[in-house]
Amino acid sequence: MQLNAHIPSGPLSEKWDKHRFELKLVNPANKRKYEIIVVGTGLAGSSAAASLAELGYHVKIFCIQDSPRRAHSIAAQGGINAAKNYPNDGDSIKRLFYDTIKGGDFRAREANVYRLSQISNNIIDHCVALGVPFAREYGGLLANRSFGGAQVSRTFYARGQTGQQLLLGAYSALSRQIALGNVEMFTRREMMDLVLINDHARGIIVRNLVTGELERHGAHSVVLATGGYGNVFFLSTNAMNSNVSASWRSYLKGACFANPSFTQIHPTCIPVHGTYQSKLTLMSESLRNDGRVWVPKEPGDKRAFQDIPESERHYYLEAKYPSFGNLVPRDVASRNAKEQCDAGRGVGETGYAVYLDFRDAIARDGKNTIEKKYGNLFQMYERITGENPYESPMKIYPAVHYTMGGLWVDYNLMSTIPGLFVLGEANFSDHGANRLGASALMQGLADGFFVIPYTIGNYLNGHSQPNIDTSHSAFKDAEHETGERINRLIAIDGKRTVDDFHKALGNIMWEYCGMARNEAGLETALDKLPELREEFWENLKVPGDPASFNQSLERAIRVADFMELGELMLHDALDREESCGCHLREEYQTDENEALRNDDEYCYVSVWEHQDDENLQLHKEPLVFENVQLSQRSYK
Amino acid sequence: MSTQTINLTLKVWRQNGPDDKGRLDTYHAKNISKDMSFLEMLDVVNEGLSKKNQDPIAFDSDCREGICGMCGAMVNGHAHGPESETTLCQLHMRHFKDGDTLYIEPFRARAFKIIKDLVIDRSAFDQIIQAGGFISVNTGGAPDANATPVSLEKSSLAMDAAACIGCGACVASCPNASAMLFVSAKVSHLALLPQGQPEATRRSLNMICEMDHLGFGNCSNERECEAACPKGISIQNIARLNREFIKSSLFSTPSV
Repeated sequence: MQLNAHIPSGPLSEKWDKHRFELKLVNPANKRKYEIIVVGTGLAGSSAAASLAELGYHVKIFCIQDSPRRAHSIAAQGGINAAKNYPNDGDSIKRLFYDTIKGGDFRAREANVYRLSQISNNIIDHCVALGVPFAREYGGLLANRSFGGAQVSRTFYARGQTGQQLLLGAYSALSRQIALGNVEMFTRREMMDLVLINDHARGIIVRNLVTGELERHGAHSVVLATGGYGNVFFLSTNAMNSNVSASWRSYLKGACFANPSFTQIHPTCIPVHGTYQSKLTLMSESLRNDGRVWVPKEPGDKRAFQDIPESERHYYLEAKYPSFGNLVPRDVASRNAKEQCDAGRGVGETGYAVYLDFRDAIARDGKNTIEKKYGNLFQMYERITGENPYESPMKIYPAVHYTMGGLWVDYNLMSTIPGLFVLGEANFSDHGANRLGASALMQGLADGFFVIPYTIGNYLNGHSQPNIDTSHSAFKDAEHETGERINRLIAIDGKRTVDDFHKALGNIMWEYCGMARNEAGLETALDKLPELREEFWENLKVPGDPASFNQSLERAIRVADFMELGELMLHDALDREESCGCHLREEYQTDENEALRNDDEYCYVSVWEHQDDENLQLHKEPLVFENVQLSQRSYK
Repeated sequence: MSTQTINLTLKVWRQNGPDDKGRLDTYHAKNISKDMSFLEMLDVVNEGLSKKNQDPIAFDSDCREGICGMCGAMVNGHAHGPESETTLCQLHMRHFKDGDTLYIEPFRARAFKIIKDLVIDRSAFDQIIQAGGFISVNTGGAPDANATPVSLEKSSLAMDAAACIGCGACVASCPNASAMLFVSAKVSHLALLPQGQPEATRRSLNMICEMDHLGFGNCSNERECEAACPKGISIQNIARLNREFIKSSLFSTPSV
């Protein structure tokens, strides 16, 4: 197989314009004849379905929740970047492009990231027109703030609920198209398989989560917008139902998976407090502006925080990074917290937490000032932990937050399967090895509102489009295979529950493929994981009736796929013998414990192709930088 | 964080489908850490049931951060439990005492069919939004985002209303099973913004017609919805909806 990213030639700033001119158009009368399936109703899926329907295509959209408004985009807090330069502080499309490509530690495509920056401004215009209540200044114009260490204020926000408001905006546009009859909505349906006819994506098999029935849906093209796979770690900030199955099933059918091991670990989350814990909660990283991070100097010191004198407290970030201190980037802050806890200095019941202390900030600025800045976050912390951060330091620990990896797509967002497009977090394309804050919402809406409406027409008009008939043997076979897979899960009738297996998988992934990786650890995990997977298929217990609403079965189907994905992530992390962004291979660090890239040998996207159950093939898409200078990120 | 544990008796509504009669079954939740969330407590009970090869209690949840609106149940008669402005997933067990008995039931309303146990069908809310809870602009034609200033006061009020998570607690708490708080939150959000003005008339009429059509009741000012709302949506929005509705009724006819 030959990878072709279809990046247009010409100067960076003209590529997208040139490409749009060269893309084939579909005659309005013909658009009506084309059916498009969209899987997922988050920012990318809802915006894609709405704008494709506006153009005249007939769209069928699917989600696993009871309503399209529940998708996990809704939980994003901070904001959405755009290069509007409203504050007149020196921002530009080029600067947003540069910050994003550098933030990704030079492991993303220049052309994609530049297009994203260009489109960012259209997103804000459209969302305001849809009624998104962004924060405003007294004069009535839009407010901006700086975020994630950016030197300019380019982040638009709606209180701490930007994701919610953007998703409800996209959901309202989708609802309008449903009412007009241009979109057919299918809720509580989960994609079980992708159907290929003559090697083109022509439909999907879904499981009706209420009745347990399998359904066939055909279309001329399939768009996946199914989000990230952070739940492979069991504990993450992802929603409970977020999963990899739609992507994974497409991978098994021939769509390549890019950079699967690139996982963002966010430093400021509420720590794990018991084995019963179901998920982790993010606290905005803005807290590090005033909080000081510390642990006891002496390993194993179990005294309460107030009994530890100042001289026995270790402010490790301030000591190690005198100029950036507590404000080092996400990946550096996360790795250092792990290092301290591994050395026995962690605090709290589990020993896997560090203090984030506001004592000095409150003494300096007064409680009122701190309350104005962080009141809602302090309240959220107290609600969850029962502790008052004005009186005792917060306890925080890093948690899995976002996956930069995903299905490989070309510049048109088409995967290696013709007719299968992948948008948003589900693809790999724009964030390289590390995503900057407030960039995920931007990418989801860029892909859905402003890229796919152009590029899908080029596919539809560029290939002959047969009538799709779901009685075709490809649909029958895929449905049969899915049914067999479900029957196999039920038939195991073992002793361990699916959550039990999922936790065991998460432990392996977190231990060996989390914040820091090394060869020996990855090799160990490659021994342990297949054993676990074998036990899963021998000792799983799925209670209840498979032909009905059965949440245990839903999870079992997802965890079976996570087990396989986990192994691919280990291979990917092992192959990349360099450190970059989120991917820290302990063998490759600078003297200051920064990620040490190896641009000579690893300046490529790792693109994995499934061959059969035993074999994987790695393709390398070289990353060519014509407009930026590759440099070492330094935070001294 | 404390390691205190409590023991509880749960009386949980079990119903095998919309046509099943349903019943309250009793379960004992033992050694429940007070640091658990309510849904984690149910997870623990379900793990126990699964190991005994019994059907776990079906309940919906997704983000478990109080924003997606997927979770929700009546706990001792309170939607999302006894704490104010808290979704069920953000309710923690430290608010309960050792030996408590908890009655856990689904959100009930004529327009919300029970799918299984605590899982309900809230698609009626989506249908209300489809009747007019949007601004009719296609992708591509929007003017610059700063072309139309919006006063800080109005945009803040719009944001207050837009914070609705569509969980249905308002309907479940209302003696009439009215969806007025839900509808008024969306109508207010859009009516307060200049972008929402061109369609303001049809929006309130169509959404209210759809609400009536789907079998939700009327508002009789009980204020239970406001008390139960996990996002603190104010019933002032209902007053605004009534004003919008009267204005609209005088000048046009509904299209539904």
